[in-house]
Amino acid sequence: MSIFVDENTKVIVQGLTGSQGRFHGLRNRDYGTKVVGGVTPGKGGSDVDGIPVFNSVKEAVDATGATASFVVVPPKFASDAIIEAAQGGITFIVCITEGIPAHDEALTYNRLVEEFPGVRLLGPNCPGIISPGKCNIGITSGDIALAGGPVGIVSRSGTLTYQALHELSMQGIGQTTCVGIGGDPVPGTNFIDCLAEFEKDPETKAVMMIGEIGGSEEERAAEWIKLNMTKPVVAYVAGVTAPPGRKMGHAGAIISGSKGTAQAKMDALTAAGVYVCQNPTEAGAKMVEIVRAM
Amino acid sequence: MDLFEYQGKRYFARHGIAVSPGDVADTVDEAVAVAERVGYPVVVKAQVKVGGRGKAGGVKLANNVDEVREHAVNILGLDIKGHVVKRLWVERSSDIAKEYYASFTLDRPNKTHLGMLSAQGGVEIEVVAEENPEAIAFLSIDPVEGLTLATARRWVAEAELDDVAREQSAELLVKLYECYTQGDCDLAEINPLILTPDNKVHALDAKVTLDENASYRHPEWEEFRGDEFEDPREKMAKEKGLNYIGLDGTVGIIANGAGLAMSTLDVVNQVGGTAANFLDIGGGANADVMAAALEVINADPKVKSIFVNIFGGITRVDEVAKGVLEALKRVSINSPIVLRLDGTNALEGRALLAPHLNENLITEPTMLDAARRAVALAN
Repeated sequence: MSIFVDENTKVIVQGLTGSQGRFHGLRNRDYGTKVVGGVTPGKGGSDVDGIPVFNSVKEAVDATGATASFVVVPPKFASDAIIEAAQGGITFIVCITEGIPAHDEALTYNRLVEEFPGVRLLGPNCPGIISPGKCNIGITSGDIALAGGPVGIVSRSGTLTYQALHELSMQGIGQTTCVGIGGDPVPGTNFIDCLAEFEKDPETKAVMMIGEIGGSEEERAAEWIKLNMTKPVVAYVAGVTAPPGRKMGHAGAIISGSKGTAQAKMDALTAAGVYVCQNPTEAGAKMVEIVRAM
Repeated sequence: MDLFEYQGKRYFARHGIAVSPGDVADTVDEAVAVAERVGYPVVVKAQVKVGGRGKAGGVKLANNVDEVREHAVNILGLDIKGHVVKRLWVERSSDIAKEYYASFTLDRPNKTHLGMLSAQGGVEIEVVAEENPEAIAFLSIDPVEGLTLATARRWVAEAELDDVAREQSAELLVKLYECYTQGDCDLAEINPLILTPDNKVHALDAKVTLDENASYRHPEWEEFRGDEFEDPREKMAKEKGLNYIGLDGTVGIIANGAGLAMSTLDVVNQVGGTAANFLDIGGGANADVMAAALEVINADPKVKSIFVNIFGGITRVDEVAKGVLEALKRVSINSPIVLRLDGTNALEGRALLAPHLNENLITEPTMLDAARRAVALAN
């Protein structure tokens, strides 16, 4: 099993005719994902390497039965694209766009919650989701993932998500689903959403969690794990040496005063019974050890 | 981007928030000219992006031209926690009856906006939050609904602002919220927000942080740019379009992805080294980007070795390798470079580098091995 997506998930790409949309959309299709359409206003009726393009999400959904959308548009169009997806009947939206203003993200998130309660947004500014061998929506390179489980991965960072997949795949340990939730201040999907799904998923036997400085999502996840999680969790939190008050690349990765430090997050996770590791390699090794002992 | 006080006040004023009449001064004569224009007494305030200006002697009251001159001479060039004062803000002094606190910021856990209002202003809000949390009235604001005047009226009552200040404060808070949202602020803070003896409410200070992601719709922010970098390395990196933060160590860091870059800093630290910088070259690591990155790090005299940590995803490692070789042709690098290359096309990338490897260009198979090597070379 996998979470959020599977081999039957039909995906449309908003922005398929752009260079990024085309590149990633076709890569996702090549991986085996059912990429059934693209959306670019004014380009309906054309196609991208055989994938039909529609003028609106609504048209694309009516014609293809898609339930998921991959949003690859510039920051100033991303919020509208996300809302259009929800209005058009999409229930799972993956937005990789980096650089959306925080106020737009907050507004879009709350509009989705209030007007479209059944819709899940992953991202923005995330690598996407891959269920190895079944579905890949986003920019993760499919060849570093390994099908068959039993590990679920949830990560706030892009490249570290790849690092986590690599550490496991190199040792022959597969993944059920790997979710990149993104590093922005207002993520549509958070750690707890993913942990809850992994806890329910019978094929996921253990979870690897990659956090980073800033915010308090890791601490909240720790609370949730303590109360609800029966499966082992291995965690790594990036940014132990990050100086306070500086944004470390991601808009969300900032230590404000004494809040949001890596140490505070690691302490909370440790107290919740999570195996906290000092670097991605150690986290990979720990997970391999846990899985092999099962 | 953090604004100086004077920039924040101009930003507030643009949204109709009352501030004291004043202007900036870069020289003693300019300070005198501003004081003569706005009228005595005036306050001479150091413009630095760090707290504790008052305690450091960076804020002084002046009753006449001699005092303005004396304070301006003393404050210009003053070092406040590593920030050298290059500019002053001179404004008409206000009589203060009461000091309040008001701010808006993003409430990340709740994914809403957070307003904080207190009748106990003029001190650090963190201290109030610690010692007397009930003195702060918190308001969670749904971004879809915004802040209405009716809500603001309830809020100022809840915060127990003085009766005579309530209506003016409620109106000011609505304007501050508009400034915060329409102005794309990460933080809009007034501390203190004052009530004068003649019952006027206005902003005596301004702390504003702008969300750089929104700069595309704020051409007016250009006027705030230019002097936001104290660190010459960061200035150079910004000019080259790099995501760089200067640190104090000896191992220069280049990585792709913010998380991996942060993690690289951590690992260098764990194996006994110190990072000279944070540098994320992002997804498009071509020769130009790599050359620019190496150039910025090479210009840092503290750097003794350079650790290039790449995990290819969309970025292809062979492209990175070509970039490094191309960069080395263009730039003469003073320190040995240790590379860790994994991910998409890693084998091709390593093969490209193989004929060029020597004691100053080294590859290691893993992140940890590469960190140890780079640290050994730096220490």
